[in-house]
Amino acid sequence: MFIAAIVSLTILGTVFGLLLGVAARYLKVEGNPLVAEIEQLLPGSQCGQCGFPGCTGAAQALADGSAPVNLCPPGGRAVVQALAAKLGIEADLSGVEEKGPMIAEVKEEICIGCTRCFKVCPTDAIMGAAQQIHVVFREACTACGKCEAVCPTESIKLQAVPVTLQSWYWQKPEMKGVAA
Amino acid sequence: MKLFEKFFGGLQGGVHPEGRKDLSAECPIRSAPLPGKLHIPLQQHIGAPAAPVVNVGDRVLKGQLIAVPQGNVSAAIHAPTSGTIIALGDHVAPHPSGLPVPTITLESDGKDEWCSTQSCDQPLELAPEEIADRVAAAGIVGLGGATFPSALKLNLSRGSGVQTLIMNGGECEPYLTCDDRIMRERAAEIIEGSLLIARAVNAKEILVGIEDNKPEAIADMQAAAQGTAVNVVAMPSMYPMGSEKQIIQVLTGKEIPAGGRPADIGVLVHNVATAWAVQQAIRHGTPLISRIVTLSGSAVRTPCNVEALIGTPVQELIEVAGGIVPPVARLVLGGPMMGQQFTNTAVPVVKGTSGILALTASEIGHAEASPCIRCSTCVRACPVGLLPLEMAAHIRTADLAGAVALGLKDCIACGSCSYVCPAHIPLVHYFNYAKGDLAAQERSKLKQEATKKLADARNERLARIERERAEAAAKRKAAREAKERAAKEAAAKAEAV
Repeated sequence: MFIAAIVSLTILGTVFGLLLGVAARYLKVEGNPLVAEIEQLLPGSQCGQCGFPGCTGAAQALADGSAPVNLCPPGGRAVVQALAAKLGIEADLSGVEEKGPMIAEVKEEICIGCTRCFKVCPTDAIMGAAQQIHVVFREACTACGKCEAVCPTESIKLQAVPVTLQSWYWQKPEMKGVAA
Repeated sequence: MKLFEKFFGGLQGGVHPEGRKDLSAECPIRSAPLPGKLHIPLQQHIGAPAAPVVNVGDRVLKGQLIAVPQGNVSAAIHAPTSGTIIALGDHVAPHPSGLPVPTITLESDGKDEWCSTQSCDQPLELAPEEIADRVAAAGIVGLGGATFPSALKLNLSRGSGVQTLIMNGGECEPYLTCDDRIMRERAAEIIEGSLLIARAVNAKEILVGIEDNKPEAIADMQAAAQGTAVNVVAMPSMYPMGSEKQIIQVLTGKEIPAGGRPADIGVLVHNVATAWAVQQAIRHGTPLISRIVTLSGSAVRTPCNVEALIGTPVQELIEVAGGIVPPVARLVLGGPMMGQQFTNTAVPVVKGTSGILALTASEIGHAEASPCIRCSTCVRACPVGLLPLEMAAHIRTADLAGAVALGLKDCIACGSCSYVCPAHIPLVHYFNYAKGDLAAQERSKLKQEATKKLADARNERLARIERERAEAAAKRKAAREAKERAAKEAAAKAEAV
């Protein structure tokens, strides 16, 4: 009886082990599908502010768990929340919240029309030509900061997005004496 | 029992705040003195702001078009009086944020000279499309407070087969008496306006719903409706009876599905003051340049109802009402339940301003919030059948998705829950914050999708340029080599000869 149990379990174990081994060989998934899914959530501007080579590198690091979900400055709060939901972890919004949404703006008096910012912008958000004042399309700017780094006259700078009647909304109520 | 079912069939929630309408209900509509300067914001309606068609220094006549609608959801704006445009710039908005908005500033010349207008003696014979076009040209928006462009509402309803037109004379907000007065004093015009709106949308049935706390208005409207297709109905007084969903349910027994519009169940709702504006626009050709505003509250010396030109600074209207008796605890535009508080009295009256209230501390009943004891008074008060306490708890812990799952998007922000909460929890403030935050998230998501497309397009373009450059270089190289080879061959041939 005792021997029969050992023998039958050993045979079962061996058969299932072999099955799994065969399945692993024939039904192999190329690459980690999670990486592609995460990359979909990232802004895709390849700005490199996270320290990884482009959004694919960042997605790889996020999938490995070697990078925090708040690594993407231009993505803002929405991306942090989307990533946290995807990876099933708690989002740490403390560092993201402080900065608020930013946008690049050209100080027209000191723009010399060198076209450097216009060449590096990953989303074509800057319009300009040699010897012409450059201008930023607010809707297309992700505030990646690449233009700020190359500007020779510090004319282009990241500014906080101005609050308008369309974007204003009520602040979260503060409840004194009641735990949040 | 049948009557009970007709009036209360399925209607839930609601509160009975003290009306305080007696402060101004017996004051006939007065006209305000012509203001020196009028500040006319370009955005006084839901949708895209209008685009100005005048320049600084232009002289305009009363009723002249000064800003044209932009896009589908927008409304035209007309000069409220004759004078000179002195500025196109920013002016403080009649909004709790107090942010500046693009505004046309008009200095009146005191002559109040009309431009030529197109009147119509047989308005009820106009084609439905013509009525809607004239309503659009007059810049009429919903005067009940939502300020949705009326012509668009007419055009959308005509296509979707509206059977019943409901004229909203509920005016359930405490203090406000502007609709009460307009129904008493201009009943015939409102009835004609209602018939015009019904014609514009091919509605079969016209119901005017008036709360039974306004018996004079009911009597006057019934008298004016004699012999017409309009049926004036008294409704029980309850807050928020003037809300679209509630008035439809009380008058027709039908309920708007969650996330739906009244047109989905064949109903169109317009405010009675809008009907007056429509009648004026079509019979007399006068655009929407004035509205009735109630000035009330215990801190106003003589509460009254004033017909004010759009753009009149609130301060000048307060002076019409004899000024303010300090101490004022809060200034509110609109009603006390859903109105917006403001601090700067330089803000102008806009198309959606139904009231200006100066309230004392005892009237606003402000108290420090204490923890929720889950008494569920708010659940009983919610006219939409939501769970305000649960939604607020989710929002407090930053779980907006949880609040949406509980029906946050169906909340009409009527404020009934905040009004009844014994712990003074600012429930509706939580919901307004959450709705704003969700809208901001939605905007940033859309922007991210758009910028991602731009980034992809750019990468593709750069790759294509690189490839084309490489191909061109390869072609040049091949051409050069062919040339060299040909030269070599020619040289070899020459040598051979």
